[in-house]
Amino acid sequence: MKLLGILLACGVAAFAAGETILIRDADVYPVAGKEMKGVSLLIQDGKIVDIAAKIVPAKGVRIVEAKGMRVYPGMIDSGTELGLSEVPAVRETVDTGELGEFMPQLKALVAVNPDSEHFGVVRVNGITSAMTFPSSGGGGGGRFGGGSQQLISGQAALIHTDGWTWEDMEIKRSAAMSVAFPSLGGRGGRGGGQIPDSMLEMLGQTGVAGGAANARRAYDDAIAKLNDYFDNARRYQKAKAAHLADFKTDLKFEAMLPVLEGKVPVAVTGARASTIQNAVQWAKKQNIKLVILQPREIGKAAADLKAENVPVIFGRVLALPETEDSAYDEAFTLPGEAYKAGVKIAFGTFTNEFVRNIPYQAATAVAFGLPYEEALKAVTINPAQIWGVSDQIGSVEKGKVADLVVTDGDILEIQTQIKHLYIKGKEVSLENKQTRLNQRYLNRN
Amino acid sequence: MKKLILAALVALAPLGAQTTVIQNATVMTVAKGTFKGSVVIKDGKIAEVGEKVMVPQGATIIDATNQYLIPGIIDCHSHIAGDGGINEGSVSVSSMVDIKDIINPEDISIYRALAGGVTTANILHGSANSIGGKTIVLKMRWGKDAQSLIFEGAMPGIKFALGENPKRAGNPQGGRGAAGQTVQARYPATRMGVEDTIREAFNEAKIYKAGWDEYQAKVARGEHPIPPRKDLKLEALKEVLEGKRYVHAHCYRADEILMLMRVADDYGFKIRTLQHVLEGYKVAKEIAAHGAGASTFSDWWDYKMEAVDAIPFNASLMTKKGVVVSLNSDDAELMRHLNSEAGKAMKYGGMSETEALAMVTLNPAKQLGIDNRVGSIEVGKDADLVIYDKFPLSDFAKVQKVLIDGHKYFDRDEEVSSRPAKAAEKQKLLDKEKQATPQRQGTPTGRGGRIG
Repeated sequence: MKLLGILLACGVAAFAAGETILIRDADVYPVAGKEMKGVSLLIQDGKIVDIAAKIVPAKGVRIVEAKGMRVYPGMIDSGTELGLSEVPAVRETVDTGELGEFMPQLKALVAVNPDSEHFGVVRVNGITSAMTFPSSGGGGGGRFGGGSQQLISGQAALIHTDGWTWEDMEIKRSAAMSVAFPSLGGRGGRGGGQIPDSMLEMLGQTGVAGGAANARRAYDDAIAKLNDYFDNARRYQKAKAAHLADFKTDLKFEAMLPVLEGKVPVAVTGARASTIQNAVQWAKKQNIKLVILQPREIGKAAADLKAENVPVIFGRVLALPETEDSAYDEAFTLPGEAYKAGVKIAFGTFTNEFVRNIPYQAATAVAFGLPYEEALKAVTINPAQIWGVSDQIGSVEKGKVADLVVTDGDILEIQTQIKHLYIKGKEVSLENKQTRLNQRYLNRN
Repeated sequence: MKKLILAALVALAPLGAQTTVIQNATVMTVAKGTFKGSVVIKDGKIAEVGEKVMVPQGATIIDATNQYLIPGIIDCHSHIAGDGGINEGSVSVSSMVDIKDIINPEDISIYRALAGGVTTANILHGSANSIGGKTIVLKMRWGKDAQSLIFEGAMPGIKFALGENPKRAGNPQGGRGAAGQTVQARYPATRMGVEDTIREAFNEAKIYKAGWDEYQAKVARGEHPIPPRKDLKLEALKEVLEGKRYVHAHCYRADEILMLMRVADDYGFKIRTLQHVLEGYKVAKEIAAHGAGASTFSDWWDYKMEAVDAIPFNASLMTKKGVVVSLNSDDAELMRHLNSEAGKAMKYGGMSETEALAMVTLNPAKQLGIDNRVGSIEVGKDADLVIYDKFPLSDFAKVQKVLIDGHKYFDRDEEVSSRPAKAAEKQKLLDKEKQATPQRQGTPTGRGGRIG
């Protein structure tokens, strides 16, 4: 009996790994092109191998009838701490925000806990991959460690939201270098909360001029420090290239090489337009790629962003205005404004708890001016492009990884139910801790 | 000049008594179905609801073609419109303090809540104490003074709190040290201590009440007794025992929810609402039996230890087990999206449109004992109404107009079109300020230029 069990288990596992699936008669919303009604989609070896009006399945292919259902690419959250932070209030469960000022060698990927309950919760809402950041973030993890002291906090990873191990989940282990770019009147730590430019100007005019001068000095010091570090990294790069006899490997500077080579973008939180402008100009001078996280205003920075082709990742769209007399819908209209200014946009939630709501954030942005198609792109193909993996994920196309969400309606609409979920071509259970608790207590007598 | 003001007053006066008709809307009444029709408002009350209504002569018409009309949203758990300090955390029983005393009618959160369709909110004391301060129900009558915000006739309440928050002061190391480790620790430091704190308080309140009852009896008999000493802390708890003040209890875990209901049973009072109640689904049967309402988050979870078993099915599961459930915000931002929070009850647990919408309208009205006045679109109720441009249980929808007592308090078109003028006015003030304040270029030596 035991033997049979083992045999069965093996059989199932082998089947799942190499399973070929035909999703039949579905309406496909590929993002990459026009919607295709009543088509079939063949998944093999984890990839989408065919999309056509009619596909005759080979023997042994599992057929999923999807008449009246929609197929979307899996959504991507561009700002999370998934796998690194479980319960933000409990230090022992948080692995973001390491000690140390310059820590580019740290890799978020190696600390991702594949059994985090968050993965089960977010993927059943259609989020099949996510950027997970090592820095102190909205989840509050960093307050336990040295997060607030960091200037470079390490490498953010792009991961799938399903897998047995972090290696399994890896899409790109070093998708961005997380840098806390300084801003006037406070570090650019994730979570924003800085004084808006309009108020900063006032501060310069009124009694706290000394405070403003001090803030300027602190800012200049931090920028100088950051520049020094990049200069040193470049010297290291040259020394390495020159094969100097006394060259010694340095793990920190090694980690900086892909950044200097423009292979890995620097991700910087810039709440204020002035911070964004400063960061864009700094990145241009350093000749590195840049992504802006969690802007709270775009305004005068729009031209810089567009000119330098710097994308932005919006934090929570459902956010309060920055100041008392800001428009009530300031945060809701921001993605639409950025899009209209020609800036490439994507969404992030920056708090694990809210990752599952990323489609609804996008919907709010639509209600307040972002075209629907752009909102859908901002959670699929745009982030795939921004993080350099658009050849693999972000749209429903032949040859791409089969990260697919089958729904009974619009994927950005709250009431929509997810019917099937595929990550790397494997059908993933829609069960999680929360559905199990629901079932258990529904049945309680 | 005087004449001009008088003329203005005369012109304004009939406005209050004016009749308004909202036409051609999809009317989601919550109580009596959803249909395409109109609502007639007279003297601040709903006078007529139907597919076809008589339009009174001279009525103001609001055309809501292709739009949705719902009852004003009611948030059963909010901390807006206060002065910022909502936790009298120095003692574990702070029933002598009252949120009513610190209402700030100029808190911009009131206007923002309005813009999110909220017309009524239960403003609570914080959760630092086992028994916290007194609470008050407000209407979001933006522009009125503090007194005029109070929902006239609504039963006042008191905040209780269980679990991690009230025991935090007993663990000044942030809960990571041993219980009651340092000398500054404030009892209680455990859930056991929270139970005892509430029992001790009601034990005291019962004795206090007996003293007053005896005094009243003697007075009734024509005697001339000396009245007992008035105790403001126990007075509020006496009102709870007499059913004159609702208990709104912050709670998370099933064990503490059950504990509080048993304490209440022992002392003969009811818990009116369990707030947050994230594990309410585990003891839904007991909650229904006690008769408490449950006011929860739609999908917040895992932000602290007592929230790890929170499930988004909580609201629907408790509903299925017979509990009156509302969805609240506890947050000035979330408060602006309670419509889509209700939408989540449809997603998680399959509530109907009406059941879901009731969770932010009629159900919180029931929980606050104001369902005779608000919570649904029915003849005779207050004309607290919200117009959305799209199906409201969705983030694709936005609020167009909000009426309270028949008066328009928010209008998106007006709000948006007034922005350039407001921006110009602000710039003018900023320019004036710049001229009035001498520039302080350069860094003053010594004290760093910091003043005040």
